[in-house]
Amino acid sequence: MYDVLIIGAGVSGCAAARELSRYRLKIGVLEKGEDVCSGTSKANSGIVHAGFDARPGSLMARLNVEGNAMMEELSKTLDFPFRRNGSLVLCFDKEKEGMLEELKAQGEANGVPGLQILTGEEARALEPNLSREVTAALWAPSGGIVCPFGLTIALAENACVNGVEFIFDTEVKKVEKTQEGYRLVTGGETYETRCVINAAGVYADVFHNMVSERKLHITPRKGEYYLLDRSTGGFVDRTIFQLPGKFGKGVLVTPTVHGNTLVGPTATDIPDKEGTNTTRQGLDEVAAKAALSVEGLPMRQVITSFAGLRAHEDGSEFIVEEAADAPGFFDCAGMESPGLSSAPAVGKLLEKLVTEKLRPEKKETFIETRKDVVNPFHLPEEERNALIASHPEYGNVICRCETVTEGQIIDAIRRPLGARSLDGVKRRTRAGMGRCQAGFCSPRTMEILAREWKIPMDQVTKCGGNSRLIVGVNKDRLQEEDQ
Amino acid sequence: MKKYADVVIIGGGPAGLAAAVAAYDQGAGEILILERDRELGGILNQCIHNGFGLHTFKEELTGPEYAGRFIRQVEERKIPYLLNTMVLDISRDKVVTAMNRQEGMFQIQAGAVVLAMGCRERSRGALNIPGYRPAGIYSAGTAQRLVNMEGYLPGREVVILGSGDIGLIMARRMTLEGAKVKVVAELMPYSGGLKRNIVQCLDDFGIPLKLSHTVVDIQGKERVEGVTLARVDDQRRPIPGTEEQYSCDTLLLSVGLLPENELSRSAGVDLSPVTGGPVVNESLETNIPGVFACGNVLHVHDLVDFVSQEAALAGKYAACYVASARGGAPENLGTADTASIPVCAEGGVRYTVPSFIRPDHMEEKLPVRFRVGAVYQNCYVSVYLDEERILHRKRQILAPGEMETVTLERERLTAGGGPGKITIRIEQE
Repeated sequence: MYDVLIIGAGVSGCAAARELSRYRLKIGVLEKGEDVCSGTSKANSGIVHAGFDARPGSLMARLNVEGNAMMEELSKTLDFPFRRNGSLVLCFDKEKEGMLEELKAQGEANGVPGLQILTGEEARALEPNLSREVTAALWAPSGGIVCPFGLTIALAENACVNGVEFIFDTEVKKVEKTQEGYRLVTGGETYETRCVINAAGVYADVFHNMVSERKLHITPRKGEYYLLDRSTGGFVDRTIFQLPGKFGKGVLVTPTVHGNTLVGPTATDIPDKEGTNTTRQGLDEVAAKAALSVEGLPMRQVITSFAGLRAHEDGSEFIVEEAADAPGFFDCAGMESPGLSSAPAVGKLLEKLVTEKLRPEKKETFIETRKDVVNPFHLPEEERNALIASHPEYGNVICRCETVTEGQIIDAIRRPLGARSLDGVKRRTRAGMGRCQAGFCSPRTMEILAREWKIPMDQVTKCGGNSRLIVGVNKDRLQEEDQ
Repeated sequence: MKKYADVVIIGGGPAGLAAAVAAYDQGAGEILILERDRELGGILNQCIHNGFGLHTFKEELTGPEYAGRFIRQVEERKIPYLLNTMVLDISRDKVVTAMNRQEGMFQIQAGAVVLAMGCRERSRGALNIPGYRPAGIYSAGTAQRLVNMEGYLPGREVVILGSGDIGLIMARRMTLEGAKVKVVAELMPYSGGLKRNIVQCLDDFGIPLKLSHTVVDIQGKERVEGVTLARVDDQRRPIPGTEEQYSCDTLLLSVGLLPENELSRSAGVDLSPVTGGPVVNESLETNIPGVFACGNVLHVHDLVDFVSQEAALAGKYAACYVASARGGAPENLGTADTASIPVCAEGGVRYTVPSFIRPDHMEEKLPVRFRVGAVYQNCYVSVYLDEERILHRKRQILAPGEMETVTLERERLTAGGGPGKITIRIEQE
């Protein structure tokens, strides 16, 4: 019997797991993917929004501003990349500048610090590549950027070290009310728990509706993106938004914490909760809209494109509460943007809700901090060479584009909730994230995965499940035919 | 402590090996080859098909055999090399920063540097092919390494996009290893590969080549399950209604090679927007005196024989540079030299290597390599010195997939004070 079972190891589920791991509770996280951060949390803008977009008084507004304020310290405690680079919302039409004022007033009502309206010239002085069409902009110095993998993995690892059990490759099929709480039926085992946290992203409505008569409806809203090479680093230094339109925040142009340039997303409502394919139309739209904000964006430097799904709830609001007619079933639903920004505050809110219910004792043994994979290039020269002397694998570069060593890859595999796939290694170390898109390093990373996990090469996957990278050995079928 | 070497060669593939041998034979003292992989030979080690060395050795060798000949020459000369060593930075004053397991991060002051890092393959992302991102999408070279060096089959039912040479070679290789190659699609109305590879790798195995086609969708959430091809118009845009579905578990991409010049760029080497490689003079020297470039890092070659020839020149000039620097102040060999004649690519010629020629530094004869931007039939390759046409050679066919050469003679370039510019163009008559 678990005290708390969390459905979904995305950023919200992992934040809740981490905050609840402060208590004497038996906590499990059920994740259908093979790793944490496998759904919406892995494919988004990586933005820590300032918090001026949401309606004053909404939970979304409150958690956004709180999460933003918490992010910097959390990034130090849990050692993940975060930068407060500030953001600009662009206006291209003198007549619409009133909307910037409204946005500023809304932000101020939400408690966003330092908001300021700039003229087009002032904005271009900050960002020389901004379009000449920009007439005014809202400057939000508290906006930031974060590595979404880094944040989610850090929360999960810390939760794991503090006793949370992560159960991967396990899809919850059914949630049933029991005397003591809930029964979660999966493809394999069945799990009993006192409380459930429903952090299932685009599937949160499915699980909620299994236990509650007050139905939820979540629409997957697809966002497509282009990622540009690090050689474009500095093209913009701040996150550049456009005034919100009918579908969310429009297309943004932003640096990532690793120095790439990211452009997107579109906002297309789709029926398929797994529809993470990019489309010609969507990608063309991203390029066209980005060209409104900035001039001369070097689209030839695109290294990849991807799509993610936001979990859009019909009321455009976060639902983080105990379901009214299902005691002990806590929803964490509708976590579309600014879900990533809000995650630290979402974790705290769920901690409060669940501990009020279960009244657990605090652990004295809680480990507050966590260290990321050691990057030898971030060490001073002496320390680096000492590390390589004691661990020569840190002198062996595997990914040449992102300069990732074998030592980092081994660390990523051996650490708590270690990487089991090529994508797992990529998200923890950036091996394969660069301009050649794993062309050179994937055979070598596959070898390291096979060696570390003691599995044959044909069991190494890109991202778990049936995503095997090798299907056999040379001439195997020909030999079968000969026999 | 910083070490010193006369000539540091970045890369131990065919270009680096030939450069090292030539630098040695020219009398360079300390030479050091830095190779990131676990053995010398570079990409040749995975090119186990034959057809290498017809020009250089007058016989047909496999890639590893061809590399072996040069590795032997390096070994015979006892030229030092470091394996599993990644160069992280080259500074403008030729300090090379590298790293390996044994020595950690270390620096070498080079008298001269030869850039021989080769190229990488254009990836799916750079093409913006829409669809899912499952396992089973490989660049042709990655698949070649898995199959030819490690013995693993990356897939059983294969569609190949791009008819570059690696794609063509891999169509045959995958077939020989028991996979079914269903089709090779090429965006352009002509193949980017050598004619002989189309015949020997596709035609001989009954593999269809679809010109003016591209992949417009990739299906499969975990592993590739299929791709959609469509015909493209003359603007290379897919034509709606021409989609064809292919079920497959693998998509191989052979859609272009890009010189790997990240190190060159950070050193301050000027790069050509056309080739992606350094701008060089007749000595294959970049804008930084004492930094030379050769092989696929300079411009992508079709034949390794030409890489070896080019690299030998770079190695030789690097040795000469060090010798002349020893003799006193190094002369400014930079491309900005006023005595240099620009070589202009016009009328269908995309680029030339070199881009500048200083007649007083060139040998009696100098090969100028170039590529055309489209297929030309029954045309002429013409060379002009200013307005004077000095070459007008009839050609049945010129294609972007085949590198071309014209040879310039020093005598012509020095006579009467020499021309102000040299122009190479394709002419219809």
